[in-house]
Amino acid sequence: MALLEVKKLGISFGGLRAVDEFSIKIEKGELYGLIGPNGAGKTTIFNLLTGVYKPTDGSIILDGEDITGKSTIQINHAGIARTFQNIRLFHNLSVIDNVKVGLHNHYKYSAGTGVFRLPKFFRTEKEMNKKALELLRVFDLEGEAYLPASGLPYGKQRKLEIARALATQPKLLLLDEPAAGMNPNETAELMNTIRFVRDNFDMTVLLIEHDMSLVSGICERLSVLNFGQLLCQGETSEVLSNPEVITAYLGE
Amino acid sequence: MKKKLNVQTRKSFVTYALLLIVIIAVEIMVNTGNISSMLQGLLVPICVYAILAVSLNLTVGILGELSLGQAGFMCIGAYSSAIFSNLVKDSITEPMIRFPLAIIIGGICAAVFGIIIGIPVLRLRGDYLAIVTLAFGEIIKNVFAALYIGYDSAGLHISLKSQGDLNLASDGKMIINGALGISGTPNDSTFEIAAVILFITLIISYNFINSRTGRAVMSIRDNRIAAESVGINITKYKLITFGLTAFLAGVAGVLYSHNFYSLQASKFDYNLSILVLVFVVLGGIGSVRGSVIAAAVLTMLPEYLRSINKYRMLFYAVILIVMMICTSNATVRNFFVRNFEKLKGLIIKKKSAGETAKEGE
Amino acid sequence: MAFLENLINGISLGSIYAVIALGYTLVYGIAKMLNFAHGDVIMVGGYVVFNAIVKANLNPWVSVALAVVACTVLGITIEKVAYKPLRKASSLSVLITAIGVSYFLQNMALLVFGEKPVTFTSVIDIPKISLFDGKVVIKGETTAAIIASILIVIGLSLFVNHTQKGRAMLAVSEDKDAAQLMGINVNSTISLTFAIGSGLAAIAGVLLCSSYPILSNTTGAMPGIKAFVAAVLGGIGSIPGAMIGGITIGVIEILGRAYISPQLADAIVFAVLILVLMVKPTGILGKKINEKV
Repeated sequence: MALLEVKKLGISFGGLRAVDEFSIKIEKGELYGLIGPNGAGKTTIFNLLTGVYKPTDGSIILDGEDITGKSTIQINHAGIARTFQNIRLFHNLSVIDNVKVGLHNHYKYSAGTGVFRLPKFFRTEKEMNKKALELLRVFDLEGEAYLPASGLPYGKQRKLEIARALATQPKLLLLDEPAAGMNPNETAELMNTIRFVRDNFDMTVLLIEHDMSLVSGICERLSVLNFGQLLCQGETSEVLSNPEVITAYLGE
Repeated sequence: MKKKLNVQTRKSFVTYALLLIVIIAVEIMVNTGNISSMLQGLLVPICVYAILAVSLNLTVGILGELSLGQAGFMCIGAYSSAIFSNLVKDSITEPMIRFPLAIIIGGICAAVFGIIIGIPVLRLRGDYLAIVTLAFGEIIKNVFAALYIGYDSAGLHISLKSQGDLNLASDGKMIINGALGISGTPNDSTFEIAAVILFITLIISYNFINSRTGRAVMSIRDNRIAAESVGINITKYKLITFGLTAFLAGVAGVLYSHNFYSLQASKFDYNLSILVLVFVVLGGIGSVRGSVIAAAVLTMLPEYLRSINKYRMLFYAVILIVMMICTSNATVRNFFVRNFEKLKGLIIKKKSAGETAKEGE
Repeated sequence: MAFLENLINGISLGSIYAVIALGYTLVYGIAKMLNFAHGDVIMVGGYVVFNAIVKANLNPWVSVALAVVACTVLGITIEKVAYKPLRKASSLSVLITAIGVSYFLQNMALLVFGEKPVTFTSVIDIPKISLFDGKVVIKGETTAAIIASILIVIGLSLFVNHTQKGRAMLAVSEDKDAAQLMGINVNSTISLTFAIGSGLAAIAGVLLCSSYPILSNTTGAMPGIKAFVAAVLGGIGSIPGAMIGGITIGVIEILGRAYISPQLADAIVFAVLILVLMVKPTGILGKKINEKV
């Protein structure tokens, strides 16, 4: 059974059909790419998958559970975590606290326990710190753990966002243009990190990307979106050599 | 790295230490008679205002929402506890039992109202919260000003019309007399108790901020959409914060009502809520220590500078506007930051010139 | 009969709220901020008219015109000095600043115009109307408020929908950045909005003080808040909504005062606000605003 199965997903804003009849099947452990020209509706699909927008048609099944129309919070609990195209960190919190907010629903103690500093507080916080540092180490952010998140350079902010998403222990990770604004070295490093995450965290990844070196380098399969509709999908090499895709990207 | 981990904890302990020193110093001054009667009269109010400011800072600084209902919550705490104390003052004569009960009752009543108000509005835009809390404060003030409560052998009598409407028996006693308010509340608020409550308020606030709950609340403040995306229940944490703010404001109200023989609802007006906001803004939004200092300074200042009293409120207004423009406008803020750095650089240079040449990092 | 008289008085008070609510609704729609100081501009308008008539012996109409000019200038100044530097700041900072401005105006008025409330002399000389053999008497002020508000709502709707400047306001309220790209001067459009709102506040001040003649530094505060409630009730951003909301609030207030409790009339109005926000937070004619992700 596929981990994510989306059937005929659609949404209209006013009269505009932003996404229409979008279907996709992602297997567990896959690295899947969603590409397409600007304004094709890629981020809208992410917003639909994560419940920021409620779809007008279609269904979303995650690991056998129907999550269509659920709230962002419920969907995160069901197992989807994401990053944002325009980075959305908790900028006044420290780097490690950003990750600890991600761990929120897996390491619990009540507000009262925190206020009265009961033993469980110290125990849980210690475990949280350990786990958060572990995650930061994966992204080479351990050294900056106690700096404010807003002080990180751009590339590291993107990484921190991925670390925070992973902290929620998702089944499916959505990355919205993870390489945007990175130089080729950073992109290459990011590719390794994404592969590492997939292999070591048993993760399934769906990513939106414009950087073709990244897409062709790590994605196993691709879906191409144009004007809110699916243009084609399949193995990466096949899709990228498809004349229709080339036309859509380069125009005529 | 271990050191940096405790930066928040260290900050809170410095505040505790400072407060403890001040409390002990004041206590010594009081006991040796080295304190002016004016300052002595201000001691409990300073604690009350500091608690109010710290509690509002949880909503404004940590949650990032504006509440203008601080006076309303305080009013509920003040009235509910004063009613309680007036009812039991003949049966429970020991203030050390009566007053803690009053504090708990006042705080809980205020928190319940805070949550009731919070449920409909916390999912709306921040501006609505501000106006609804303001409206709520006015409702509370008006209702208490129109409320008559008395008791006699037949039990409690309540009316919203007039004293005569209560139909009290001849042995009846008034508790709340409409706009005239409550009188006869036992004077249980002492500086010692107020100081202890302030201290506890600080501990609660710091511990709240530096916990799982506080992080969740701050994540909502920093980026609501991202907080939702990692599964933070926005409504729940907003309600918790709002309830805690109301609880502490209610406790401040208890201290306030038990500091005066008589109490009128008209005291808890819009101006009081604004005053508390001025403390928070001047002390630094999000800074617990700053709130306490600002509350203390701005409570004492007008008493010592009677001549400026006329301009006091105008001064408050200017504080709000100027502080906001200085901290939120990028150009102005950078100007200050740059000059502050320069100034700091100069001071460090002078210092190190006097000692050894240790600079150059 | 008394009910009819109360109803008409409610509609009249509501008409004044509607004129004030227009200022809130325009500014909220375009600058996306709650201009807390709006109510206090009303008070300034009232004082300008009072002083112009009593101290300077000016003609009432000239005084009203003077108040409109003064308030317009005041509105633009407030926007430029206090709000413009915060265009990019968080809504919390803007809100606190607006409260600061409101507080500033109230306390400045206390120093400039004195602490003692003054008795305003009505500027309206419309004769009163007697109905049912004098059982129902409608005062000239009541009629004036209703007529003035209807004219203002019609005029403003025409302006917004049929002039270039008005359409620029609509565009800015829809999407500030897109409007800028289309060549609309966003700053001057926001200034214009504040100018119109404040000018209307002056007229509202005259109408309010003519009907309720006690004028003090906090005269504008409560009507201001109630007018905001009216704007929310009608649907923030909507001009006809402001009218509907204003009249509803006015009627509720007067009837509540007459039949439930005079002390609790304000509390009833605010309870209505909380109820509306629970049931239909976008108001009667409002539309939902989506946040960009």
